[in-house]
Amino acid sequence: MFVLVVGGGKVGYYLAKELIDSGHEVALMEKDPTRARQIADEVGSIVIAHDGCEGKYLAEAGANRADVVAAVTGDDEDNLVICQMAKHHFDVPRTIARVNNPKNESLFRHLGVDELISPTRMILGSIEQDIPVHELLHLAALGEGELELIEAHLQSGSPAIGRAPRDLDIPEGCSLFAVIRDGVASPLRPDTVLLEGDKVIAIGKQECEEMLHTQLIGDPEAAAAG
Amino acid sequence: MKIVIVGCGRVGASAAELWDAAGHEVVVLDISTRAFERLPTSFGGSAIRGDGTDEDVLRRAGAAGADVFLALTEGDNRNVMAAQLAAEALDAQRVIAKINDPVRAQAYAELGIATLCRTGLMLDAVDAFLGMEPSALPGMLAPSGHHPGGDHSGPVPSTTVGVAPGAAMEA
Repeated sequence: MFVLVVGGGKVGYYLAKELIDSGHEVALMEKDPTRARQIADEVGSIVIAHDGCEGKYLAEAGANRADVVAAVTGDDEDNLVICQMAKHHFDVPRTIARVNNPKNESLFRHLGVDELISPTRMILGSIEQDIPVHELLHLAALGEGELELIEAHLQSGSPAIGRAPRDLDIPEGCSLFAVIRDGVASPLRPDTVLLEGDKVIAIGKQECEEMLHTQLIGDPEAAAAG
Repeated sequence: MKIVIVGCGRVGASAAELWDAAGHEVVVLDISTRAFERLPTSFGGSAIRGDGTDEDVLRRAGAAGADVFLALTEGDNRNVMAAQLAAEALDAQRVIAKINDPVRAQAYAELGIATLCRTGLMLDAVDAFLGMEPSALPGMLAPSGHHPGGDHSGPVPSTTVGVAPGAAMEA
């Protein structure tokens, strides 16, 4: 596979190195010439010391034959532009962006970036796994990043307690498929009555999240206040 | 009209001053409060310190539902992102991004964002002054394609040179 990595910070550097070790063809773009030289000394002549946001240099780097473009600079706006240029100008089949501000995720997805990696979101996810919060927990992004695997911890106040999935208003394109009760996972049937403390595992489109929140956790406003 | 300007440089500040004086509701944002020194004391709009690529900041500044949204910072990509946020998330009606790299300016016009390119604008002006045929890409490019969101590109004008004032952008 030919992978074009844009951004030669820590992430880009280690990513390129790992990809080379696993036998992939890699090109790395880094606009700072000093940093580019430094990396080239380590990994060889795969480094292009130019700005990966510029169409001209993306072309030189071989963007038109790249299987994957990974935009991993520290700036969300640069990563967005790199992926959009790759996608729309060079027909790259798969674009991956690092996103620092989790609020940008839906915009990036909406604008056609195939996969998003958000370190902020991941760390947040880890923290949320340990402390009880009245929120939906994002377990993973699936498919092309459109689908999310979500866990909802039913705590007192949840409108779903004492009800079964068939009585809930579950949005289209979303499926509640498992329940974890006392550490035991079992399939969630339409008539399984949910109890306080249950963890419901759902899969669905991003857009369904708000609806799921209302159905399983409660009103977002009230939860935020509590 | 409600006009939001991101970037209070010379162009942003001048536009803010003129449109405020003309009676429009103007909001200007910049990450540096010093930039607001360019505004006259008579400026009656709002000057807000904040990052124009942050949706929360734009919302707090009242950018939602703006009639006109101009992204004029010194960073092409920041402008691209602010403009797309405005078009997609804030439902701004007419959105223009300054993109000084001609390749990116054209690419984003094709993606449905009106773009303003200093390189092209200056060459246009020089060519016109010298009485020569326009040699470069036009400085102002109307959207010629559909934005992924689909609602902000509108009818495609037959020419890319200059967008008629008041030309409808809504499909």
